[in-house]
Amino acid sequence: MYAQMVKSTGQGVKPREDMSPEERHFQDRVDANEKIEPKDWMPDGYRKTLIRQIAQHAHSEVVGQLPEGNWITRAPTLERKAILLAKVQDEAGHGLYLYCAAETLGISRDELTEKLLDGSMKYSSIFNYPTLTWADIGAVGWLVDGAAIMNQVPLQRTSYGPYSRAMIRICKEESFHQRQGFDIMMKMAQGTEAQRRMAQDALNRFWYPSLMMFGPSDKDSVHSAQSMAWKIKINTNDELRQKFVDQTVPQAHYLGLTVPDDDLRFNDETGHWDFSEPDWSEFYEVLKGNGPCNEERMAARRKAWDDGAWVREGLMAHAGKRSHRTAAE
Amino acid sequence: MSKEWPLWEIFIRGQHGMSHRHVGSLHAPDAEMAIRNARDVYTRRNEGVSIWVVKAADIAASSPSDKGPLYEPSESKVYRHPTFFDIPDDVGAM
Repeated sequence: MYAQMVKSTGQGVKPREDMSPEERHFQDRVDANEKIEPKDWMPDGYRKTLIRQIAQHAHSEVVGQLPEGNWITRAPTLERKAILLAKVQDEAGHGLYLYCAAETLGISRDELTEKLLDGSMKYSSIFNYPTLTWADIGAVGWLVDGAAIMNQVPLQRTSYGPYSRAMIRICKEESFHQRQGFDIMMKMAQGTEAQRRMAQDALNRFWYPSLMMFGPSDKDSVHSAQSMAWKIKINTNDELRQKFVDQTVPQAHYLGLTVPDDDLRFNDETGHWDFSEPDWSEFYEVLKGNGPCNEERMAARRKAWDDGAWVREGLMAHAGKRSHRTAAE
Repeated sequence: MSKEWPLWEIFIRGQHGMSHRHVGSLHAPDAEMAIRNARDVYTRRNEGVSIWVVKAADIAASSPSDKGPLYEPSESKVYRHPTFFDIPDDVGAM
């Protein structure tokens, strides 16, 4: 999940009898699976929660370019390089679809960027881990994009129209990302002993951070309950995590790799894989800014924003001059 | 703080013979850059053969609260649909 621990109103689901007529009408529309559009009336909490969630997702797409961009110049072949470039370009596109959905809720692009840079908005914890070897690029596509898809597919049905449409576009493109990652893992796992070890090492390092992407259990969370009533969250974090594990374990077996969890076993009664929880204290540390790459990621985003200022200003000045000239003619 | 690039709404003609359809928006300093950016953001997989860009501020839209007055009058005019009229089978296709 690219949005983790998004806070809602903090008060749980509002009982129907406490709702204003407008709120009741709004909830009826959501319950009837009608899409809410930008100019429609919506509760303030809905708007604010959506801005937080969509923005966190958008920031994740943009920051997510950094660990992968790290390998563009060092991809092993020209074809791999072209594929990785296309994938990283897609991530930029996904960020832009989502920013434009967030902007329909009444926040500007510059505000969103500034909130990322001043730390008041977050991006997914997963992008604070380094990509140390080429196999990590495979693991990121296979596991990280795989985990993202788990969450994004149901979000295509979210109640907010612009968000839903952005998710539909993203899902269409995301499957390429996961498959290119798995393709790299297959090559590595079937390669030399050194390559196989590299693939195993990438799985070892990315397994638990991928499980953390869904966020801690939220079965008792008041925030999640409200978000689910509003249909801006469709499944609980535990449901999605279980689905991800069930899908991924057989794929790891296919690759001949070992999931780094001694307690992993198939439960005949439930029909699901039992697995160990990630270390949640590590997760909270990463969110606080103490992950291996938090500082590096934020420094890269700040540098891009500051170094690009003259381009943004110059192009605006040029556009202004040109429209004056056209007006004078 | 510098002035933010204006927002443009993007419309793409997916195939020859189809009309342009709204696909989303983006920021750009002028129309020319908006078209270039739209190509990169919205047509990376052959989604289009033509792009329109319109400044978002220049679009006028109907208000959701006008839904009733605007669209209800047509609901009672069922005779505008061809199926309102029963034509005997003997007449043949019409």
